Amino acid sequence: MKSYLPLRNKKGSFSFHIHKKTLLYAAVCLLLTGAVTVVSLGMGEMNISPLNVLKAFLGMGEEQDALIVMQFRLPRVVIALLVGAALGAAGAILQGIVRNPLAAPDILGVTGGAAVAAVAFLLYFESASIQWLPPFAFLGATLTTFILYALAWKKGVTPLRLVLIGVGIKIAASAVITVLILFSPFVLQNKATLWLTGSIYGVDWNDVKMIGPWVVGLIALAALLARRVNVQQLGDEVATSVGSLVQFDRFALLIICAALTGAAVSVGGEISFVALLAPHIAKMLVGPSFGGALPVSALVGSLILLIADLIARTAFSPIDIPVGVFTSAVGAPFFIYLLYKNRNR
Amino acid sequence: MKSLLHNNPLKIAGVCIGLFLLLYLSYASLVFGVIDTSWQTAIDAYTHFNGSNEHIVIKEVRVPRVLNALAVGASLGIAGALLQSLTRNPVADVELFGLNAGAALFVVFAVTFVGISSLTAFTWISFLGAAVSGLVVYLLGSLGRDGLTPVKLTLAGAAITALAASARHGMLVLNEKALDEVLFWLSGSVGGRKLEFLEAVFPYMVAAWAGAFLLARPIQTLLMGDDVAKGLGQRTLLVKVMTGVVIVLLSGSSVAVAGPIGFVGLVTPHLARYLVGLNTRWVFLYSGILGSAILLAADIAARFIAKPAEVPIGAMTALVGIPFFIYVARKGLEKK
Repeated sequence: MKSYLPLRNKKGSFSFHIHKKTLLYAAVCLLLTGAVTVVSLGMGEMNISPLNVLKAFLGMGEEQDALIVMQFRLPRVVIALLVGAALGAAGAILQGIVRNPLAAPDILGVTGGAAVAAVAFLLYFESASIQWLPPFAFLGATLTTFILYALAWKKGVTPLRLVLIGVGIKIAASAVITVLILFSPFVLQNKATLWLTGSIYGVDWNDVKMIGPWVVGLIALAALLARRVNVQQLGDEVATSVGSLVQFDRFALLIICAALTGAAVSVGGEISFVALLAPHIAKMLVGPSFGGALPVSALVGSLILLIADLIARTAFSPIDIPVGVFTSAVGAPFFIYLLYKNRNR
Repeated sequence: MKSLLHNNPLKIAGVCIGLFLLLYLSYASLVFGVIDTSWQTAIDAYTHFNGSNEHIVIKEVRVPRVLNALAVGASLGIAGALLQSLTRNPVADVELFGLNAGAALFVVFAVTFVGISSLTAFTWISFLGAAVSGLVVYLLGSLGRDGLTPVKLTLAGAAITALAASARHGMLVLNEKALDEVLFWLSGSVGGRKLEFLEAVFPYMVAAWAGAFLLARPIQTLLMGDDVAKGLGQRTLLVKVMTGVVIVLLSGSSVAVAGPIGFVGLVTPHLARYLVGLNTRWVFLYSGILGSAILLAADIAARFIAKPAEVPIGAMTALVGIPFFIYVARKGLEKK
């Protein structure tokens, strides 16, 4: 059995092949995500059986179930999926270009930059429509990426310098946030603090509309650039010698990564370690080729966040623990394991 | 590279100038603030106490603040110098190492779940927290064939900091009362702390300062490399463990007094080495003096930047220290 499924038109102007294993794992992830979605929709203060959830979905269930599922729980689940996908994809891109398995937007300070912008927005543009939050967060993430890149630039950017300076920027961002919160009116401080921990509590369909297009569009764009990421993974010398515009591509990809991070941060706050975990799991499943790793990583990210949010919502009910606490509790030990595993790199 | 102060008389003169600087900064810190007072009032507060607002401010607020800044600054400066020597890493610092985060986590845990409020317990818990996180980061950072590298250490520190921070957040969400109690402390400040905190940890601090100077010579040998040090008959493991203990004492007691304050320890050893070269004893002494001076200056500035509100000094030192960190990261790592 061939391991690739070729897709070509007769003239040969279009040719593409899909790794069968990737397809299989993507399908499995999709199914799992679907199943967890249904379970998650059913669980909470009022338990609804999966069958009734499906019925409510198809518009055949009881009115009350439909209300709970469609209006209260579904937006949150969809947001978990979107934010998870954005983080997973952002992590995959970053690990591809930095060539360091330990890189993630939250560790490099990109999330921190987005959070600074978002906190500033929450605290100082109180009256402005919340619709402006994602552009703000995106702006913050992009600006941080620029700064990170500029500071790490010294005849090109090496992954090592990028990581070190990223850690510095992350700490600077959290200092700025402390100062911002301190100078804000007292009533808003709690809001900002809670938002910062990473929580998707109390989202509605407007949030979905707000970030949905961003996330889907950016992941599609990243998928189009997959080949360039693959070349980057070979190292700067090889990439240059096969004709890749190494620094330009790296920069473009970083911007996409920043945009994805910004979208995720604007709704979810600082949810750490999903962007680190997802690409690793994806690569374990389908190998390092970016064309496969990107979608699977996005799916895995969705799945992780969905499960984490389900636990955060139900485990200590009625208290809604910020989902970021759970992702860190799982993610940080994994990060430590990665440090151990990569000790000789 | 020839250092700025290259012979002993110059170095001693430097120490004297440093001490004068400290005196002046202490004076400024006593006198300037939301309520401006004068030197005379400050002295009167102790000799002719009359219960006026100024006198109370000086006795209850300003003097503890100056003493805290002096002790904590010196401890952080020396801890930074020790860390950078121990790890042979120009970007080592108590904050980057996760020591602060570890200590903060343990303290929050103790406040939320065990309900501890006694000062001695507080101190020991922050020692323990600093020790545990420091050890984990050190071990993680030194895994692998090439041993300790700045990148591995920094990443390990970042991971431990993130883990500790999220655990802390989780506890604080579960227990909002504790939030109020520790939130101010967590932001890092030398103000608003009663002298009792400092009194409780001061003996450990002094012991650790003395320890640092006793260890200076073995550390100098160790800096030439483990193999050379062993060849010269040094018990390297013992020296390393002792250094680790001193670092933990310094950072743990600093955290207990002032909360997490980073980057003082990153900057000072670099300045000290620029001034006095590589002799560890001088570097430690200068790091201590410079650490105190920086923290005092930062504390004074923190009062004025956003008068009448105060910037947490931890945020101040981070914002000043990060550019320096980035500068070192850009410049210092190429050689390795």
